[in-house]
This record gives sequence, C-alpha cells and structure tokens, in this order.
Amino acid sequence: MATEIRVPTLGESVTEATVGQWLKKVGDVVKADEPLVELETDKVTLEVPAPSAGVIASIEAKDGSTVGIGALLGSINADASAAKAAPQAVKVAAAKAEAPKPASAPTPAATMQPAGVNGASPAAKKILAEKAIAPAAVAGTGKDGRVTKADAVAAIIAPAPAPSAPVTVRAPSLADDAAREERVRMSRLRQTIARRLKDAQNTAAMLTTFNEVDMGKVMELRAEYRDLFEKKHGVKLGFMGFFVKACIQALKEIPAVNAEIDGQDIVYKNYYHVGIAVGTEKGLVVPVVRDADHLSLAEIEKSIASLGKRARDGELKIEEMQGGTFTITNGGIYGSLMSTPILNAPQSGILGMHKIQERPMVVAGKIEIRPMMYLALSYDHRIVDGREAVTFLVRVKEGLEDPQRMVLDL
Amino acid sequence: MPQYDFAVIGSGPGGYVAGIKAAQLGLKVAVVEKMATFGGTCLNIGCIPSKALLHTSEMFEQAGHKFESFGIKVGALKLDLTAMMGHKDSVVEANTSGVAFLFKKNKIDAFQGTGSISAPGQVKVTAADGSSQTIDAKAIVIATGSESMPLKGVEIDETRVVTSTGALSLPQVPARLIVVGAGVIGLELGSVWRRLGSEVTVVEFLDRILPGMDDDVAKQAQRLMQKQGIAFRLGSKVASVDKKGKTLKVSVEPAAGGAAETLEADVVLVAIGRRAYTEGLGLEAVGIQRDERGRVAVDEHFQTNVRGIYAVGDAIRGPMLAHKAEDEGVAIAEIVAGQAGHVDYGIIPAVVYTSPEIASVGRTEEELKADGVGYRAGKFPFSANGRARAMGERDGFVKILADAATDRVLGGHIIGPYAGELIAEIAVLMEFQGAAEDLARICHAHPTLSEAVREAAFAAWTKPIHL
Repeated sequence: MATEIRVPTLGESVTEATVGQWLKKVGDVVKADEPLVELETDKVTLEVPAPSAGVIASIEAKDGSTVGIGALLGSINADASAAKAAPQAVKVAAAKAEAPKPASAPTPAATMQPAGVNGASPAAKKILAEKAIAPAAVAGTGKDGRVTKADAVAAIIAPAPAPSAPVTVRAPSLADDAAREERVRMSRLRQTIARRLKDAQNTAAMLTTFNEVDMGKVMELRAEYRDLFEKKHGVKLGFMGFFVKACIQALKEIPAVNAEIDGQDIVYKNYYHVGIAVGTEKGLVVPVVRDADHLSLAEIEKSIASLGKRARDGELKIEEMQGGTFTITNGGIYGSLMSTPILNAPQSGILGMHKIQERPMVVAGKIEIRPMMYLALSYDHRIVDGREAVTFLVRVKEGLEDPQRMVLDL
Repeated sequence: MPQYDFAVIGSGPGGYVAGIKAAQLGLKVAVVEKMATFGGTCLNIGCIPSKALLHTSEMFEQAGHKFESFGIKVGALKLDLTAMMGHKDSVVEANTSGVAFLFKKNKIDAFQGTGSISAPGQVKVTAADGSSQTIDAKAIVIATGSESMPLKGVEIDETRVVTSTGALSLPQVPARLIVVGAGVIGLELGSVWRRLGSEVTVVEFLDRILPGMDDDVAKQAQRLMQKQGIAFRLGSKVASVDKKGKTLKVSVEPAAGGAAETLEADVVLVAIGRRAYTEGLGLEAVGIQRDERGRVAVDEHFQTNVRGIYAVGDAIRGPMLAHKAEDEGVAIAEIVAGQAGHVDYGIIPAVVYTSPEIASVGRTEEELKADGVGYRAGKFPFSANGRARAMGERDGFVKILADAATDRVLGGHIIGPYAGELIAEIAVLMEFQGAAEDLARICHAHPTLSEAVREAAFAAWTKPIHL
C-alpha cells in the first residue's frame, strides 16, 4: 500500500516551493520521519520527513521543479506491518479541517487551497505561460480555486503586480565572451532576497545617517567578566548583547524607528522583536529574537547563538523569521568599515555595525588610540524624521560608550 | 411497531438509491414498494425495457438495411418478437433482482404494498389482500414517481390504445402505429416499432418535435427520422379515438382548431407527457402541500411543508429523468444523515435513445438568446469524423456553445452515434467551469467519435482543424 509524500503547509502566504534536493532515491528504505527531500521557499529551506516507514516507491517532483502546497512529491510503499492508513503529520503542521482520510483519498478539496495546488486549465496554462505569469499568482475562480481561462485572460490584461518594471533585455555578449560565461539560475531564496531588497528601496524614502562609537568600555567589560559570564551562563559574552540592549533603550525613546507604515497608518509596535542578520551559504536570513527587551544579556547571547547556528544549518522555521520590528546587521565581521544597509521591509530602521578599528581620537584635548566602530542607521524618512534618526543613533552610541547608563535606564 | 431512521415510499431510481445511500451512511432503512418487483417505472416499464427494445430493434434495422453495404449478406431476415420481448424481460429481471440484492446487501427492509403516510413519522403499508401494517420512521421520503398523462377523449386500454407501458409489450408488430406526442418517449417507441415493420405517424401539438431541446438538433432529428420513414403531423392534436371497429379511427385536427381528419391505426400510443403520481399517499390527510402541477412541493433541501417528510424524483419539480432522481436520492440520504446534500441542476444531461441518438447538457441557443448571453457556437459533423465513417454513421453533429467573452462552455448538444456517452465529457468540463479551448487542448484518442466533440470545441473557440 503506497503512502503519498505531499508538500506540507509552509507558512502564511507561502504558496509554493522549489524542490531543492532529494535526499533519498527510488528504492531506498526509509524510517518514519527520516528527511526525504529539501524544499526551498521564499524564506527558508526545510526538509520533508517520511510519513511512514517503507521503501521509496516513486518520485514525482524532480529537483528544481516548482510545487504547490499539498502537491504530490512521491510515494512510499509502507511495510505491511508498520503501515498506518493515514500518513503521519509532517513536521510543519499541515492543518486540514476535514477528517484525515487515508493517503489514497483525492486531493483535499478545501476551497481555501491556493490556485497553485489545483492548477490552471490547459488554456489558462498556455495564456499565462506566454506572459511568464505563474498560475499561483492568479486568483482562481474555478472549481476549488482553479485558474480558468477567463481568470488567465483577466490576469494578463490587468497591470502585472510588484516588481514588473519592463525587464531590460541584456545585450548579448560578444561571441568570444559568451563562450566563457556560465549561466546559473538564481535559487528561489536569492530571487526572493533580490525582490525584497528592491521592494524596500522602491517603497521607503530610505537614507542613512552615521555616527561612530568608542567600543573601549564594552571591550573592558568583556575582558573583565568574560570568564565569569561564560561560567555562569554557559555562553560567550559577545558584543551583540550590548548592541541589542543599547538599541532597545534607544527604540523606547524614539518609537518611530520601531514602527511600520501600513497604508495610511503608522503602526507603533509596543514590543521589541530584534532581527539579527546572519549570512549563510544560501544568502542572508534574519532570525528574530522576540521580546528582546524582556531578555537578559545572557539570554540574548544564547538566543542569537542558537538562531545563528540553526540559520547556517538551514534549520530555521518560517515563524522564526517573521514579526521583527528592528534589525541589526554586522558587516564588520567581513571587514567593512562603513556601509549603508537596506531596510528589512516593512521595518523602518536597521542598524549597521562595522569593524572595530583602532584610530587616533581626540580625548580631553589629547590624541589617544581608541577602538572605534562606525555605526550606520538606515531609516524610512516617511515616518522617521532626521532629528529622530540622529537622536536614535546618538543614544545607541551613548549606551555603548557608557554601559552603566543601561543599568540606570538613561 | 418497527422503528426506522429512513423510510422510502417507492423503489424507483429515486427511492432505491436514497435507501441504499442512507443505509451506507448508517441509517436503518425501510423501503415500501407496491409492485411485485423493485425499480419503479425506470426498471420495469421505462428506461430499461425501452433501451433493451431500442437496441434489439436497431440491430434488426441494421441487419436488414446496413449490413449489405458492409458486405454482410443476411438472406431472409426474420423477426421473432417473442424472443425479442424475452430478451427485454430478462434484462428487466436482471436489473430488478439486482436492486433486491442490493437491498439485502445493505440490510434494508423491504415492505410490499402501497405506502401511505398515516401521520408524520408513520408509514402504513397496505398489501394487495387488504392487510396492513404500520412502521415508524424518523424521516419519510416520498419517491412515488410519475404516470403517463391521460389525453382527453382517449381511453387507454393498454392493448390497442396504449401508454408506454403497453407499447413495450405489444404481442405483435402493429401495421399502423399512431404516436400522440413527439417527445422523447413517443419518438423512442415510435422508432422501435417502425424498425420492426410498423408504419408510424407522429402527431404533435406544437410545430416542432422534442420541445425543450435545441432547435437545430430537433430539426435535424426530424429530418433524419422522416428519412427513416416516420411521418410527422406537427401543429396537430388528437381529439378522439374511436375503438368500435377493427381498426382505430383517430380524429386529428389543427392545434388552433379547424377541420378534423381521420387517420386509421392498429395501435395508438399516447405519449404526451408524464405527471407526478401521489395516489393513495394520504397527502391531504397529513397536510402536505402540492404545487400548481400537482407535484409534491419541496424546498431546496427536498423538505415538504411537514417536518421529517421529504420527496424526490418525478414526484417533485425538475426534469423527469432517472438520473436526476438518483442524484436527489443521494442528496436526501446525505441530508437526513446530517451531511450537506446538494444537486446541481445546471449540468444534468438529457438523452433521446433514437437512432441517431440525441444528447444535450446545459443551455440551448434559444435559452442563451432569450437571456441575452453572447455566445459562440462550434459545430462539427460526424460525416467528417474518421471513426464515424468507418462505422457507416454519417449523420448528425456535435455542437458546443461557449460564452463569447470568457469561452466558458455553457451547453453541449449532440445528435449522432453514442451521443449519450459522448455528452458526459462536456458535462465534466462544465462542472469544472472549463472553456472550449480547454477541451480542445486535451488529447483525445484517434480514431474516436470523441474527436468530433473536440473539433466542435475547436470550432467554438477558434476554428476546427478537420473541417
């Protein structure tokens, strides 16, 4: 008896994924819950586990193909002994309201299914393909949300959504050069990052204000309490904890930087979920430390360490990257001295940390060598005015140059 | 008193399907049937026996008229009507005992006798000998079907002046048969006897045959039937039938009134329509309302005005078709079992089992025009279809009507070989709100008759390939 392997629900507004890599092939014996295939989505890569133990019977969706939620990936021939009629729940919850039917039941007919699942009619497919519009992007009015020919016709007439500025056709390379080129399709994650960056730039009135911070005091604190901290809290005392604390202090004073524009409203968040940008092989991801204002320095460090590792291992869940109110990005680890980060839409501010470089500074009239870091705050000028942005950065600087202020809530 | 969750009065397609579905959903089911066999009109004196005779008579026709052109010499072709009726009877028997088997399999209790509703929740079963018993039922479903509509001035005796019931069992081939009514039943049975040797004349009140069907199709059907030898008197009515002599004298006058003429016949078939049958149900006593045509009045959930009493099939509004009754049977079982039962009346195919066969689903051109809906009609003749040619079937066409703006298929009409089978594809497409272009883009096997359907879709959407 074959159990179907289907694409699980992947998170709100995520309608399709790309099959990244099959970890098993037809004929392999697998245990229940063993990862079978990687799916790449807009936000994250995740693994689909085996719904039951058995032998991989078929693979329907090949590497690189696009699949919608609930689509058939393949099937497993379950052992007669281990077989259960209903497939086990996939890790990322696939919530279907109807009674769970055995795997051989027809596609769940919930009318909430996005068009990508039940597809488009033959005529609709052709019409959309000619205009390079994905069926999943079209609202389907057919049975169970299918995209009918009429829906497709309407979709190609209507102004195309989002980043559709006329695609500039690249002038073909000279024959001599063309032979030396290598063309690689952008991964789904990269395409999404590219799209979101452009969206941010196209939407916000974005600019960057700079300041510099003397990291001496923080470094002294670290040097003095490093061992004790690590012994008590089981995590290294890094810089990020101080930065998060300093930022929250400043966000509390300048709420506009922690807010978001929604249509004609400004939404002031009364919570502080700080995103920490992490570079991974596949691209930049931003896991979020939720309610960072309620966490101690140690808890922040722990949280960041764990999120960072999971990000690099590709194990982040969608929910862990959603809901951030402010982001910190650190180009300094790569050696950057100064930069202008791009906002993590729909947030209104992002702090850029950079390399700590010893520079000659004037301190009380004398030249001293101080460990300095340039700070950059890119912000959305639509709701954060200049005074607020500058003040925010000054507060961050003050918090870092004199950590005692945070104890005194200054 | 025996207690049931679900009691059905009548075991025709509406009743027996409702009973079986209800049993499958876990209800305790009773079915009351007054005839000796199950299956109602459809299995006993309707769909099944007529289709058996239509098939065998068509075979007889082909043997006598077509085989020679295929290179098959038959010699002196003879008809053994008794054996032909025997075949019909065995088909009926197989079907009716099939229903009996399904009742046993689903543990449904069958009660023989006339069912009547003595009180809400109670069904009285009166046997032929007068004895009776009463059963309790939480839900009662009236599925008593329909009967032939009588014609004023004409007395039915089911030997010389018959309804479809008598026409299905004539002891010999009538020399002259007059059919009153050019609807589905009249044309089907008229065809049967014409093939077996009768001289058939169809008298119809309206100025067209097959009322309700697409005009185009009806005209083509009439043309083809006339070529087969059926005579039509349209715009005419039968005022009376004189039975006194050896032959029947049928008085025919223009529908609008005027001078009558007398036609002679050996058998007269009255087939002017059917009406809901609710005799002996006790509806008045329980206060169940009927509509203006005498049918049991129901809401969209098949509920009558009395709680717990429902009705489906020919006994209520809607096309008088067995499959419509079956769908309603499933729906009412689901509703009573607490689920959402629903029938989509927009996509019910209708078939006329003459030769050529006629089938339609959805709207006709006339209906679309009347509603002011812009449409494109795509037509493809079977004469241009390879399979049809190989079969020697050159008559007829497929016509698909698609919305002019969206290309969505709104109706399909077929006259030709296996029309009743071919129409299913169009019904499925319509259910999924498909466009003509969609159908045209689906691969159809070659050589098949279904390619004619595909070509009609091409024609509706853009241009046919093979014309």
